Amino acid sequence: MHSIMFYVFAIIAIFGSIIVITARNPVHSVLFLVLVFCNVAGLFLLLGAEFLAMILVIVYAGAVAVLFLFVIMMLNINIVPFREGFLSYLPIGGLIGMILFAELVMVAAGWVFAPNMPAGNLLATTTHGIPNTEALGQVLYTRYIYQFQTAGIALLVAMIGAILLTLRSRSGVRRQSVARQLVRTKANSLELKKVPTRGGV
Amino acid sequence: MTEANSLWPLLSTDSWANSLWPLLSIVLPIALIVGLLMLGVAYLTFFERKIIAAIQLRKGPNVVGPFGLFQPLADGLKLLLKETVIPAWANRGVFILAPLLTFTLAIMAWAVIPFDEGWVIANINVGILYLFAISSAGVYGIIMAGWASNSKYAFLGGLRSAAQMVSYEVSIGFVLVTVLMSAGTLNLSGIVNAQEKGIWYIVPHFPMFVVFFISALAETNRAPFDLPEAESELVAGYNVEYSAMTFGMFFLGEYANMILMSALGAILFLGGWLPPVNVVPFTIVPGALWFFVKIVVLLFVFLWVRATFPRYRYDQLMRLGWKIFLPISLSWVVLTAGVLVAFDFLPRG
Amino acid sequence: MAFLDRTARVILLIELVKGMTLTFRYMFKKKVTINYPFEKGPLSPRFRGEHALRRYTNGEERCIACKLCEAICPSQAITIEANPRADGSRRTTKYDIDMTKCIYCGYCQEACPVDAIVEGQNFEFSAETREELMYDKEKLLENGDRWEAALATCISLDAPYR
Repeated sequence: MHSIMFYVFAIIAIFGSIIVITARNPVHSVLFLVLVFCNVAGLFLLLGAEFLAMILVIVYAGAVAVLFLFVIMMLNINIVPFREGFLSYLPIGGLIGMILFAELVMVAAGWVFAPNMPAGNLLATTTHGIPNTEALGQVLYTRYIYQFQTAGIALLVAMIGAILLTLRSRSGVRRQSVARQLVRTKANSLELKKVPTRGGV
Repeated sequence: MTEANSLWPLLSTDSWANSLWPLLSIVLPIALIVGLLMLGVAYLTFFERKIIAAIQLRKGPNVVGPFGLFQPLADGLKLLLKETVIPAWANRGVFILAPLLTFTLAIMAWAVIPFDEGWVIANINVGILYLFAISSAGVYGIIMAGWASNSKYAFLGGLRSAAQMVSYEVSIGFVLVTVLMSAGTLNLSGIVNAQEKGIWYIVPHFPMFVVFFISALAETNRAPFDLPEAESELVAGYNVEYSAMTFGMFFLGEYANMILMSALGAILFLGGWLPPVNVVPFTIVPGALWFFVKIVVLLFVFLWVRATFPRYRYDQLMRLGWKIFLPISLSWVVLTAGVLVAFDFLPRG
Repeated sequence: MAFLDRTARVILLIELVKGMTLTFRYMFKKKVTINYPFEKGPLSPRFRGEHALRRYTNGEERCIACKLCEAICPSQAITIEANPRADGSRRTTKYDIDMTKCIYCGYCQEACPVDAIVEGQNFEFSAETREELMYDKEKLLENGDRWEAALATCISLDAPYR
C-alpha cells in the first residue's frame, strides 16, 4: 500500500513538473507547480514527516505560488515571444541542470557506496517515537539555533529591503487617518450659521 | 501517521466481513459527515435568510413547506436543474475545476474535526496545520475561477479574494500559534483535552478569540468583508460567470467553510465537546451535542454580523489585517510565550 | 480623559457591540412586512389601478365619446373612435387602452365628465403576454361590470373632496 502510494505521488509529481516547464500557458505552469507541491507533500507524509508536509502546502502552495499566480495573471504574459530566447539560454540552463543532477547523483551515490555513513539528523527525527513536530523543534531551537536565527534575520532583511525599495512618499496625497476621524466631534467640526436671504454665507 | 479511528470500534470485532468492514468503517463515517454537512449547509442558508429577515423586520422564506422549511431543498433542486453555462472564451478545464476544488477542500477539512472524545475520522498529530493547509489551498479555487472566467469582474473579484485570504491567514496563523502554545499540541482532540484540564481558552485569550472570529469572517469572504463578491461594484466577483451547479459548488463550499470555521472556533476557544460546567445536568448531554450547540452559536454570530455591519472598503480591509490584527496577534503570541515561561505554565514542562 | 475614553471605546469595540445589540433587539420586534398574496395592505379610495368603463344602473354605457381622456392622456395610451349609434346617441365604436404605455396618472378619470373611465382598486392584472395588456372596449366594460360595487363606493367616498 505504501509503495503504491509512493509511486502514485512520485509519478504525478514528475509529470507535473514536466508540464510546469513545457506548458504554453504560464498560468497552467503555476497551477501544475501547485500540483507538484501537493504531491511532494504527499511524499513527505509517506516518509512520516507530517510537519514538513503541512508546512510545504501552507508556505509554498498557500503563499508563494499564490504570489506567482498574482504576478503572472497581472502581467498577462504573451505566449509566443516566451519561446524566443530558448536556444540562447540553453547552454547556461543546461549547465545548471547538469550541476544539480550531479549533486543529486553524489548524494544518492554516497548512500549506496557508504551505507554506514551517518546521515546527520535526517532520519533521526523520525525514529524517536515522539511527534515529528516536537522532534524538529528540539533540534531547531537547540543545535541549529544560530542557523535558524540567521535564516530569520536574512528573511527580515529581505522583507525590509523590499519594502524600502517600493516605499515612496509623494506629497499632496490625501490619506485616510482613522485616528483623526475618530477624534473629530460635532463641536469642533460643525458650525451652524444663519444665512440671510440674498446675503450668502 | 494516521490512526483511522472508526466511529464505532465495538462493531469492528464482529467477523461478518473481514475485508469489507475496514472499508465500510472508513466510508460510512465520511458519508455520514458529508451528508450531515450538506444538510447543515442547506439549513444554514435557510436560517441565514430567516434571521436576517427578522433583524430587518421582514418575514423571510415561509411559503415552501411549513414555515418555509423546504425552501433550501427547492433552491437546491433549482440549482441542479438549471443549465451550466460555460462562457465561450473561458478556460474550460480550469473553469470547471475551480468549483470542484473549492467544494472538495471544504469537505476534506472535516476529516480532522473531533465531534466528541474519539469521534474523529483522522486523529492526526498535525490536525491544526492540516486545517490551515486546507484553508490556504482554498484560495486556488477562487483565484482559478476568477482567471478562468475570462471576465474583468470575475478577475478582480478573484484577485481581491486571494489577497484578502492570504492576508488574514497570517493573523489566523498567529492566533493558532497562541492556542497551540497554551495546549502544547497540534492535535485538535489534544487541544480540547488541554482545555478540559485547564480552562476554556476564550477566557485567557479573549482578544485572540475576537481576532480569530473577525479573521474568520474575512477568510470565508463573509460580510462585512465580502468584497470578492461585492455586488454593488463587482456584480458578484469571481461568481459572475458561474451558473447552476458550478455556482452551487462555490455556494456549498463557502457555507461549509463557515461551518468549519465555527467548528474550529468552538474547538480552539470554546472547549469543543466539553460541557460549560462539569456538573450533573450538563454532563448528561452528549459531547457531540455541546459541540453542535457551540457551532450554532458561532454561526449565529456570523449571520448577526452580516445583518449589522456595512461592507468594508478594500484598503480599510487590508489596513485592518496588516496594521491592526497582525501587530496585536504577534504581540499576543510573545506575551503568551512570556507568561507561559515566566510562570511555568508550559504544558508538559 | 477624553483621550482615554476614546481609546477605551476603540479597544473594547464599543461601537460594534452597540450596533449588534441594536440589531439583536430588532430581531424580536414586530414584522413590518405582510404575507402578501394572503394578506394585503390598505388601499386609499383614490388608488389608481386597473382601468374600467362604467355603466349606468340601467345598463347603458356612460361613455359619450367626448375624447377628453384621449386628449389629456400624457402617454397617449388611449385610442378612441366614435360613430352615432342606431338610436342616434353618440357612442364609441373603439375604446383601446395600451396598458403598457399607461403611467397611471389618473388624468383620464379627472377629465371624464360622466365618470365613465375610472381607475379602480385592482393592481393584480399582470399577464403572460404583451397582447393581453392591450385593453379594448369589451375588456374595459367587463372590468366595469366586475368592479362596479367597489368603484361606486370609492367614488362616493372621495366625492366630498372633489
